[in-house]
Amino acid sequence: MIPASVLAVDKLCVDARTPEGLRRVIDDVSFSLTAGETLCIAGESGSGKSVTSLAIMGLLPKTSLQIASGSIALEGRELSRLPNRAMRSVRGGDIAMVFQEPMTSLNPVMSIGAQLTEAIREHQGSEGKSADATALRMLDAVHMSEPAKRLKQYPHELSGGMRQRVMIAMALSCRPKVLIADEPTTALDVTVQAQILRLINELKREFGASVVLITHDMGVVAQMADRVIIMQSGRIIEQGEAVPLFGAPRERYTRELLAAVPRLGSCSGTEGPPRKGAQPAQPPAADRQPVLTVQKLDVTYGKATGWLFGKTPPLPVVSDVSFEILPGQTLGLVGESGSGKSTTGKAVLGLLPFKGNVVIDNRNIAGLSQRQMRPVRRCAQMIFQDPYASLDPRMAVGAAIAEPLVIHGLANKGEREDRVADLLRRVGLAPDSASRYPHEFSGGQRQRICIARALALGPKLIVADESVAALDVSVRAHVLDLMLELQETMGLAYLLISHDMAVIEQMSHNVAVMRSGRIVEMGSRRSVFETPRNAYTQALIEAVPVPDPRRRHLV
Amino acid sequence: MVLLLARRVIQTVLILLGVAAITFLLLYALPADPARMIAGRSATAQTVANIRHELGLDKPLAAQFWAYLQGIVTGDLGRSYAQKTDVGTLIAARLPATLVLMAAGIFIEVLLGITFGIVAAIRRGGAVDRIVMMASFVGVSAPQFVAALLLLYLFAVTLGWFPMSGFGTFAHVVLPATTLGILGAGWYARMVRSAMIEVLNQDYVRTARAKGLSSARIVLRHALPNALLPIIAMIGIDIGQFMGGVVVVEAVYGWPGIGQLAWQAIQQVDIPIIMGVTLVSALAIVLGNLLADIVTPLIDPRIRAR
Repeated sequence: MIPASVLAVDKLCVDARTPEGLRRVIDDVSFSLTAGETLCIAGESGSGKSVTSLAIMGLLPKTSLQIASGSIALEGRELSRLPNRAMRSVRGGDIAMVFQEPMTSLNPVMSIGAQLTEAIREHQGSEGKSADATALRMLDAVHMSEPAKRLKQYPHELSGGMRQRVMIAMALSCRPKVLIADEPTTALDVTVQAQILRLINELKREFGASVVLITHDMGVVAQMADRVIIMQSGRIIEQGEAVPLFGAPRERYTRELLAAVPRLGSCSGTEGPPRKGAQPAQPPAADRQPVLTVQKLDVTYGKATGWLFGKTPPLPVVSDVSFEILPGQTLGLVGESGSGKSTTGKAVLGLLPFKGNVVIDNRNIAGLSQRQMRPVRRCAQMIFQDPYASLDPRMAVGAAIAEPLVIHGLANKGEREDRVADLLRRVGLAPDSASRYPHEFSGGQRQRICIARALALGPKLIVADESVAALDVSVRAHVLDLMLELQETMGLAYLLISHDMAVIEQMSHNVAVMRSGRIVEMGSRRSVFETPRNAYTQALIEAVPVPDPRRRHLV
Repeated sequence: MVLLLARRVIQTVLILLGVAAITFLLLYALPADPARMIAGRSATAQTVANIRHELGLDKPLAAQFWAYLQGIVTGDLGRSYAQKTDVGTLIAARLPATLVLMAAGIFIEVLLGITFGIVAAIRRGGAVDRIVMMASFVGVSAPQFVAALLLLYLFAVTLGWFPMSGFGTFAHVVLPATTLGILGAGWYARMVRSAMIEVLNQDYVRTARAKGLSSARIVLRHALPNALLPIIAMIGIDIGQFMGGVVVVEAVYGWPGIGQLAWQAIQQVDIPIIMGVTLVSALAIVLGNLLADIVTPLIDPRIRAR
C-alpha cells in the first residue's frame, strides 16, 4: 500500500519581481510528504528552500514574490489559489510553522500566554479558560519548566531555547497536519539544538504531524530526515531516502556538499591543523616567545553611577582568563552564547576596558590610551563575523584595504596600490577588484576582503571572531583553507573564536573551552577533543550532530 | 516604580531651579526697565525710583533671586507689576482654558497622526500613501498662524460651521485645537508610518501571519503597540513644542489661556508673570516626559523589568 500523501507540491514555480522584470527563484519543484514522515529540505543560501516553505504557507511577500505556476495540495485540497480568508484557517490550523530566529519571532510586548492562546482561539474557537488550559498543556508538552508561570512571562524573560519551545508549542497547539520548521535550531547553541531536535521528533509522534525541516546543516539532516531533498538555485538537485542519499549520492553537487561538511573527529590522531603547503615544519614551540599572553583577564559590563541619573549594576562577563599563543599557532576559543568568548577577543585587542594583563608582542596593553595602543594595533588585527556589516558599502574595496595603511601613515599612494593588489592576490581575489564596491561580492569574497584588510599592516596576531559562521559550508571550507595557508606562509598566530566544534577542531593547535566567563578546560587540540576531562566539554562534543544517518545519536 | 518616581521628583526640582535661574538672568539682562514701564512716560525720576524700591528692583540681583526662590518654595510666584494681582491666581484662572486647548490639540494630533500613519504604512507605495505623505508635508511646513488664518477663513468665514473666536462651547474648541494639532499630526503620520513599516517587517509579525490571524488583528494587536513605543516618548517631549504654539493660537483665536497672559506680559515687561508662565511651561514639559516614562513600561515589559 502506498502511504497517503499529506502535502503534495507539483511543478511549483515562483517568480521574484525585480527592477529588470520577473526572475524565477523556484523552478519546477515537486515533492510529496507522507503522513508521519520527516522530510528535510537542505541547501545553501539562495537555494530557495525558505521561499518554498513560505509559498506553501501562502506567506510570500506580495510585493516581491509570486507563484507563477504549479500546485500545492493539502490532502487533495489546492492551496495556491485559495482565497485569503480560507487560507487563514489553513495557516496555523492545518499547517504550522516554526522559524529560525526564536529571539525575534515572538512579540516582545505580548505575554507568552496571550501569544499562545491567540492561535488556539483563532482556530479552535475555544474561549477563556479552555484556551488557557490548552496553552498550559502545550507548554507542558514541550517540557517547559514551571509552565503556569511562563504563561504570564514575556519573551525577553526566556532564553533562546525556551523561546523556541514556545514557538513549537504555539505551532502544535492546533494539532496541524504539517509542521514546517525553517532552520529551527540554527540560532541556538549546540546543546540546546540537540534538545530541540529531540523534542520535534518526540512531538511528531505524539501529535501525529508530518514535518518539513528546512536546514543548511547536513548534520541535522542526517539526524532527523526520513527523506531528503537537496536544493540549489531554486531547483531540486536530488531527492531520496536519507541513508542511501548520504551513502551514495547520485549528483555531483550533493557529493560536493557532503564533502564540504566538517566532521568532528576528522583530525583525530594528529597534533596540528592539516598542512596546506610544503613548507618546512616550524621550529619547536618551546624556544619561541608567545605573541599573545593573557593573564587573569577580568571584564565587567556596566558601571555604577549615582542613583539620581540611572545606573546599571556591574556584571562580570569574563573572569580570571589566562592563556598564551605562540607565533604561527592557533588557539581555538570555543563556547556557547554568553560564555564570554567574544568579549575576551575584544578585550585582548584593547577594544573594551579590562583588568589583568594582556601582552601583545612583548608590550603590555593594560592601561594604554588609544594613542599608545596605535603601534600595538599594527601587529594585532581582527576579522569579524558578519562580512556584510563589517565593510563600508560606500567605500571601494581597495580603499577599505588601504585604510589601515593610511591611518598609520605607512606607504605613499603608489606603494599602497601595489600593496592592495598584492593582498588581494594573496586572499585569492583579482587585483582589479580594488575599484569595485562590497555589494558586488558574495559573502565568502567579502570575508576574503576583510582578511586582506586585516593583513594590510602585516600583523603577527589575528583575532577571528566567528569569522566563518555566516558562510555556507562550501564557502566556509575555502575561507578556512585560506586562513591555514596564510598562517603557514606568514607565520600568523590566530585567536579563533567559534561556537562550532568542527571548525575549532580543524583549525586549532590548542583549544580553550569557555563557559560563563571562565575557561573550564584548556589543552592541546588532541587532548581536548580526544580525551576531554571536563563534563561540559564532553557534552559539547556529544551534542554535535554527526552527518551520517546511520549514526543517530541525538534523537 | 517608587524609586523611579522619587528620582523624577528630584530631577524635576533641579530642572525647575535651573529654568528659574536662567529665565531670571535673561529677563534682567533685558534693556527694558519695568519700573519705567509702570510709571509711564511722564513720571519723574523720583517716582520711578520709588516704584523700583517698592518692587525690590533696587536690591542686588542675587538678593532678588533669593527672595524669588523663597517665594516659589512657599507657593508664591510674586505679584504682577501691571495687574497688581498674585501671579499664582492669574495663572490658576487661565490654566484650565489652556489645558482644554492642549488636551484637544494633542488628541487631534495623535488621532490624525496615528490613523494616517497606519493607513500609509499598510498601503505603502500606493496612492493613499502618497497623498498622506504629501498632506503631512504641508501640515509640517505650514506656519501655525497661516494654518490658523486658513482654517478661520474656510470654516468660520466661508462655511460658518464654527465661531471665529471665543471660548465656552465645544464648537469654540474645534478650530484652535485643529490649528494646534495639525502640525504635530503631520509629524506623527510620518513617524508612525516609518515605525509601522519597520515593525511590519519584524519576525514576530511573520509569526502572527503564520498563525492565520486576521490583518486587522495583526496590525492593531501585534504591530501597533510596538510601533507606538518610540512615538510615546515623542509625545512627552512634544508638550514643550505645544506651549510655543499655544501662545500663537490663543492670540489668533482670542482664547483666554495662559498663552494670552504671557503675550500681554511680554509687551508690558511684566516680569513676574513671564517668570510664572515659563515655570508652568517647564513643569508641563517635565510632567509630559514623566507621563511618557510611566506609560511606556505599561506597554513594554522589557522596560518594566528594570
